[in-house]
Amino acid sequence: MEREITLVVNGTVRRVRVPGRRLLSDCLRQDLGLTGTHVGCEHGVCGCCTVLLDGEPVRSCLTFAVSVDECEITTVEGLAREGAPSPDLRSEGAPSPGLRSAGSAATGATREGDGSQRPSRLHGVEAMSAAMSPVQRAFAECHGLQCGFCTPGFLCTVTALLRQNPAPTDEEVLEGISGNLCRCTGYQNIVKAVHRAAELLAEEAPAGQGERR
Amino acid sequence: MKPPPFEHHAPRELGEALDVLARVGARGKVLAGGQSLIPMLNMRLAAPEHLVDINRVASLATVEAGPLGVTVGAMARHTQVERARAHPLLTRALRLVAHPVIRNRGTVVGSLAHADPAAELPAVLAVLGGSVRLARAVRATPGAGGGAVPAAGEGGVAVRDVGAAEFFVGPMESAVEPGELAVSAFFPALPERSGSAFCEVARRHGDYALAGVCAVATLDEDFHLAAARVACIGVGPVPLVVDVSELCGNRPSSGVAWAEVARAVQDRTEPEGDIHASAAYRLHLVGVLAERALKEAVADAMTGR
Repeated sequence: MEREITLVVNGTVRRVRVPGRRLLSDCLRQDLGLTGTHVGCEHGVCGCCTVLLDGEPVRSCLTFAVSVDECEITTVEGLAREGAPSPDLRSEGAPSPGLRSAGSAATGATREGDGSQRPSRLHGVEAMSAAMSPVQRAFAECHGLQCGFCTPGFLCTVTALLRQNPAPTDEEVLEGISGNLCRCTGYQNIVKAVHRAAELLAEEAPAGQGERR
Repeated sequence: MKPPPFEHHAPRELGEALDVLARVGARGKVLAGGQSLIPMLNMRLAAPEHLVDINRVASLATVEAGPLGVTVGAMARHTQVERARAHPLLTRALRLVAHPVIRNRGTVVGSLAHADPAAELPAVLAVLGGSVRLARAVRATPGAGGGAVPAAGEGGVAVRDVGAAEFFVGPMESAVEPGELAVSAFFPALPERSGSAFCEVARRHGDYALAGVCAVATLDEDFHLAAARVACIGVGPVPLVVDVSELCGNRPSSGVAWAEVARAVQDRTEPEGDIHASAAYRLHLVGVLAERALKEAVADAMTGR
């Protein structure tokens, strides 16, 4: 009944044996130890478990791990590295941070190989802040979270939303986050955070950089 | 909230998928996007012994637009079809299906096969008079010609097209039989000088509608209403199609007695009350929405898109 599958999670190749019924959310949390992905309702309503599958946000509680064998997953743990300005990458003349964050996880993840470029042993708020992606920084800055339970889902959803639509209107933001529930904030600061993240991304993007699609 | 155990099959080819389905019959379910099936498994409302996961069958992830209409393959996801903008009414309706994140995974054909009486896509298929193509593996008759029982895959494929009127059998029940796979759906193109609209009322954005109406209106050369049809959801066991062409009667839309048309649509529905809305409220909604959708469809036809 069990099957070995291969997932590229946050740029790292992971092999894992799972039964057919293992939800991707449980695979990430239990088998791979990535507990940043939160599990709320487990029937697709709350959006807490949203992750990026080949760059597109999906509900990991409504996806079987075996169905996404050989796919690339970005969880909240991978957003920082994906979107944060990484000094060594910049000095190498590699794609700029803005371009990297605008690129698909599908291309970004493999290029980064085993994930050794992750700023691993950072300490202190400043270091953390520097490592955070623009979307994460915007949520912190605008108080777009309170208890934080829903935040991983919002961050993944919004990261993908801004890739597709770098300057969304209020209405487009509401439509974009309509599948994520927050029981604390009343959403006002989350909407502000999305707009702020769009500004931060625009500031970091080199001039003339086009939309992804 | 964990799915019950099942055997997972991951065919890469259509033939392989049909063979597995033929073998497991009524003990199996097809897994495409899983956005309805997996919640049902998580809540233990369904417990199939076998899941035939068609996510790897790349040949089914197609959207083909032709002069007669659009054919959507079983693995074409909502988002993919929405972005293809292949059919104006289908594109409109897709924006009302759940949330963007669900649409990244859910499939159009899966929504049809799920046959939820409040879902949008069955109404689109119904109002357009579209059809669903069902395929099954047929094995050569065992013993024919004195040979051994043929191995799976040696037989052919039997295909049948089922029109929308026969496809939706009841709430959550479609004409797909055990061993069959809904391989594609065909959405006929709108006639010339036609417009469409989809109006619904839901408790929350992205929820299933309490009631909804999709409408197609066709104008003649003098911009008179030549034909008009609606399909209503949430007010009966299957999408209810009402042809209101006669009531609209070859007049310019300003001359149509819309209240009468709305009443005629209401008369055909049999809404039921539940925790979300009473039967009377649903009946009220379907009248208001029918008028609104028809007027919007006429306006859409006038703009000539």
